Amino acid sequence: MQAAITIIVLVAVLAVAWRFLGDYLAAVYGGRVRWLAPVERLVFRALGVDPTAEQDWKTYAVSLLSFSLVAIFFTYGIERLQGFLPLNPQHLPGVTPALAFNTAISFVTNTNWQNYAGETTMSYLTQMAALTVQMFASAAVGVAVAIALVRGLAARKRETIGNFWVDVVRGTLYVLLPVAAIATVVFVAQGAVQTLAGPAHITDALNRVTQTIPRGPVASQESIKQFGTNGGGFFNANGAHPFENPTAVTNLLSIILILAIPVALTRTFGKMVGSMRQGVAILAVMTVIFAGTLAFTAISESQGNTAVHRAGITAQASGNLVGKETRFGTFDSALYDVTSTQTSTGSVNSAADSYTPLGGLGMLSGMMLGEVSPGGVGSGLYTILLFAILAVFIGGLMVGRTPEYLGKKIQAKEVQLATIGILVMPITVLVLTAIAVETAAGRAAPLNAGPHGFTEILYAFTSQGNNNGSAFAGLSSNTDFYNIAGSIAMLLGRFGVILPTLALAGSLAAKTPVPEGEGTFRTDSPIFGVLLTGVLLIVGGLTFFPALALGPIAEQLAAGRIWP
Amino acid sequence: MTTTTAAPSQAKPKRRRVAAFDKQIVKDALRASVTKLDPRVQAKNPVMFVVLVGTVVTAIDTVANRSGFGLAITIWLLLTVLFANFAEAMAEGRGKAQADTLRQMRTETGARKLRADGTEELVPAASLQVGDVVVCEAGDAVPSDGEIIEGVASIDESAITGESAPVIRESGGDRSAVTGGTMVLSDRIVVRITAEPGKTFLDRMIKLVEGTNRQKTPNEIALAILLAALTIVFIPVVVALEPFGSFQGAKVPIVVAVALLVCLIPTTIGALLSAIGIAGMDRLVQRNVLAMSGRAVEAAGDVQTLLIDKTGTITLGDRMASAFYPATGVEESELADAGQLASLADETPEGRSIVVLAKQRFNLRERTMGPDYQFVPFSAATRMSGVDVGGRVIRKGAAAAVKAWVESQGGTFPQELQDRVDAVSRAGSTPLAVSEGPRVLGVIELRDVVKDGIAERFATLRLMGIRTVMITGDNPLTAAAIAADAGVDDFLAEATPETKMELIRAEQAKGKLVAMTGDGTNDAPALAQADVGVAMNTGTNAAKEAGNMVDLDSNPAKLIDIVEIGKQLLITRGALTTFSIANDVAKYFAIIPAIFQASFPGLAALNIMRLSSPNTAILSAVIFNALIIIALVPLALRGVKFRAASATAVLRRNVLVYGLGGLALPFVGIKAIDLLLVLMGVH
Repeated sequence: MQAAITIIVLVAVLAVAWRFLGDYLAAVYGGRVRWLAPVERLVFRALGVDPTAEQDWKTYAVSLLSFSLVAIFFTYGIERLQGFLPLNPQHLPGVTPALAFNTAISFVTNTNWQNYAGETTMSYLTQMAALTVQMFASAAVGVAVAIALVRGLAARKRETIGNFWVDVVRGTLYVLLPVAAIATVVFVAQGAVQTLAGPAHITDALNRVTQTIPRGPVASQESIKQFGTNGGGFFNANGAHPFENPTAVTNLLSIILILAIPVALTRTFGKMVGSMRQGVAILAVMTVIFAGTLAFTAISESQGNTAVHRAGITAQASGNLVGKETRFGTFDSALYDVTSTQTSTGSVNSAADSYTPLGGLGMLSGMMLGEVSPGGVGSGLYTILLFAILAVFIGGLMVGRTPEYLGKKIQAKEVQLATIGILVMPITVLVLTAIAVETAAGRAAPLNAGPHGFTEILYAFTSQGNNNGSAFAGLSSNTDFYNIAGSIAMLLGRFGVILPTLALAGSLAAKTPVPEGEGTFRTDSPIFGVLLTGVLLIVGGLTFFPALALGPIAEQLAAGRIWP
Repeated sequence: MTTTTAAPSQAKPKRRRVAAFDKQIVKDALRASVTKLDPRVQAKNPVMFVVLVGTVVTAIDTVANRSGFGLAITIWLLLTVLFANFAEAMAEGRGKAQADTLRQMRTETGARKLRADGTEELVPAASLQVGDVVVCEAGDAVPSDGEIIEGVASIDESAITGESAPVIRESGGDRSAVTGGTMVLSDRIVVRITAEPGKTFLDRMIKLVEGTNRQKTPNEIALAILLAALTIVFIPVVVALEPFGSFQGAKVPIVVAVALLVCLIPTTIGALLSAIGIAGMDRLVQRNVLAMSGRAVEAAGDVQTLLIDKTGTITLGDRMASAFYPATGVEESELADAGQLASLADETPEGRSIVVLAKQRFNLRERTMGPDYQFVPFSAATRMSGVDVGGRVIRKGAAAAVKAWVESQGGTFPQELQDRVDAVSRAGSTPLAVSEGPRVLGVIELRDVVKDGIAERFATLRLMGIRTVMITGDNPLTAAAIAADAGVDDFLAEATPETKMELIRAEQAKGKLVAMTGDGTNDAPALAQADVGVAMNTGTNAAKEAGNMVDLDSNPAKLIDIVEIGKQLLITRGALTTFSIANDVAKYFAIIPAIFQASFPGLAALNIMRLSSPNTAILSAVIFNALIIIALVPLALRGVKFRAASATAVLRRNVLVYGLGGLALPFVGIKAIDLLLVLMGVH
């Protein structure tokens, strides 16, 4: 019952977000939103950017790469130097090089994989100026790439796909900052912590111990952590910590914030290409996969824990509560964690490690499909569009014409770029996982042996390769090996997809659209939805099925039957 | 000129049609399957190359470990490669056989070259240069391609077209081209050679049907990239299996890993891809259309606008009498009687049709013409024909001509009849006035007869999203009426080469691909501009050079078939790709539990096909993977059945058949093979 109400509220609010935020995003990136024009002008002047100058895909990509590179150095620098910098009430020392490097890449690539516990590693300045800033920047970059690809699809014989600097500034200024500001207030009102006063020291006179309770500028980070599908928690416990996610209201608000932009972008897409049905088709595919995974995970968790069952406790009316906050229960936990892994967020309010193997499989699958349902801010849309191009190619051939998507012919170059963008992730994840299980450094990290231990490693690379950032836990990954291998996964998972996507945008923009007719393969039809879902499941499924069989599936089936 | 049909020359073999599964072709293909094992040949196809390398790996492992299971896998992997080679060889076979027949036709006899002084010299045909002039007489073979500069002859072109009825070729105009290898049946012609040695139409034709210069088409390249990517991604998937397993103490034997890899990479479509392309070109050849490149065939599938010649495609070409409209005070039968009399000796199709209509309507039998029957043939000066018989002076002709004729004899051309003439014109027909003496009897309507079933064909094309534009030299009124009758989407009246060209450019500017047919020299620029330009074989050499296809039957209606063949080619590729990828699901369920159920007994639950043992499970998947190639060879060669329908309907059908079918079929197939293996005592 409570689950039903949660779902109804979520769908209703997202419908509103889809309708208004979708149109608003189209207006922002179309340059039609001007209410902060003076600020915008100031920023452009400071950056030396001519907002009317358009960039071809190569310039756009170079701008993006140099921006990200500077961001990595900037973040790395603050982490290393935090001991000498202000806003460090705990007098935390500089972060070690490997960890600082991994963390810098992690936040710049919108991953937010955390090989550290925030409250005992990062100063307030690092949390705010390094990490939170990148939460805005990386989200703005993600949306910019998606918008550039959509511009390529909508363009008619153009060389350019927009201006990277303009897109990033406008996205931050008109979308991310205002919404994050409002959400921060709500978080604070619900009890999330927001202070620069340092940890609270509480003396327990009875037991004669002094307890240190870490605090900090939490709420302001929390809002963009969710809205930008970043996921990096202020505290190690992330969304399970009452200072980050104090109530059922903030829990639902978090889920709404996570899904708002990825969902709304499908409308922006429809608006920009001049056919809302195209956007709805994409949204429908996203929804079907999301709902399927949620049902799968929630049902798995409601079945209870096999180990507990074996211990003789057969009645688990509340399902598998191991590793879950009782104030959320199995459904709200599953909803939060599925939302987090179906997007590129990675914040969690319960321990994935303690989910049933199939529940963990549900979380893994969202990432393994490339995070497209609805995926991260921007990255969800551009990744699913890569799959759409592949589906159009295969399906288009089947109707007897050179395949075309939104009138753009899909030829050798487009197929090449789309397949690179799609396959770089599974190859990265599989190769790095294989290296980890083969090397002593890799084998030392997992807490468990057998399938569960294997899942811990597989999950780590799947999460980083998809820029998700959620941790399965149980893996001691703050080692040189995991810091470096993880960084490689995050960089390839981010830029290995963005670069082919931008090249694709350039290639599509230069094409003359073919007029639509009866012979056109309609990409706003249910049959296309079926085809796209099939391509997503088969490509994702085929590449990861053996790994999943040796991980969660083997673990779950070890008992000889699926449910306890 | 009417030719006395000479006995068809027996000297040269007629181009024969070869059955797809001709015994000789199968035999040659079997041999080629082995010779194509050459790694240099295999390297062109990354999918099959991986299979070949895998075969070598399992062979080495089998020798090292002396395992019967390894041997069985090795044999079936080798068969997989052989089957792929066989498919390609089969597709090439028919073209090769036809090329051999064509080669026999190349003239080896001499050519009678005409010297400047008018004397003849016997030279080898192969030595003829562009500009040389040769003489051909009845019984001679035309030594090379050329243009008749003097004379007229009936020519047997069956060597090229397979059509045994001779055709007339004469100097001047659009019927002056002759093709090397054809046979002069009557008369004498002087021909100026237009082709360089070795570059004649016949030479090109041999190369085309044989596929010597076959290049990958754009869609084929795109698909090959996708297949290569799907091959590359499965290498880490399979290679990673070993570490993933050994981390938990499970071993993955190399033979099994290779077997899994081969089952996962898209071998089905990889094996059949080039066969599909070759067979698509071949299907055109079977319909007597030569495509100069595979690109053109593919473009045909993409065509969105068809420019269709009215005459020959939409109408039968000749007008037929369809109604008698008598003047006031004249009986309809009287008009019919006069019309019939005037047409009895008129051999034109229009004249014959008047006689036929008179017989149908009034049962007027043909009369034998007495000695007093004086036929007045049509002349450009009078624009009338008719008859003088027994004092009756009957004339038929264009309304204006007959009007002048009766008025010159003191008669009048009544206004109501003039109105009728205009009405008939407006309806797209041709009015023919008939007079007897100074009296106008009435008007006969000659209609353009739209071919049976053509309207349905255009409706089908519309369903497929193809717009048809009728091209005609008629005036807009007539054109509009015929266009409405035939159900074309649009028409271009009073067409000239320039307006045709404009139309093509306008359509292309909208992003559409345009197909057209043409035969005259003045069609050449438009043929070159169109994305698919089909030149008629009867046309000029200039037209044939400009187009990217030649229809040997010179039937403009074939344009529609060409479009369908182009679509069928793409559909076949897409359908088999979908099928191939969908197959993987079942193979996983066969192989993954087989590999790991020893270490993880729980994974036996994934063995949903209940295959009898790990070895039979893996072997069954490999055998299925190999046999499906052979099973699909006929489909690849024939092409997926083409049904004209909207894109959405076609897609729904193909996703159902090849997508869902591709998911389900291997479950059944692998289970059946497993049962068979068990019956044979394999375990």
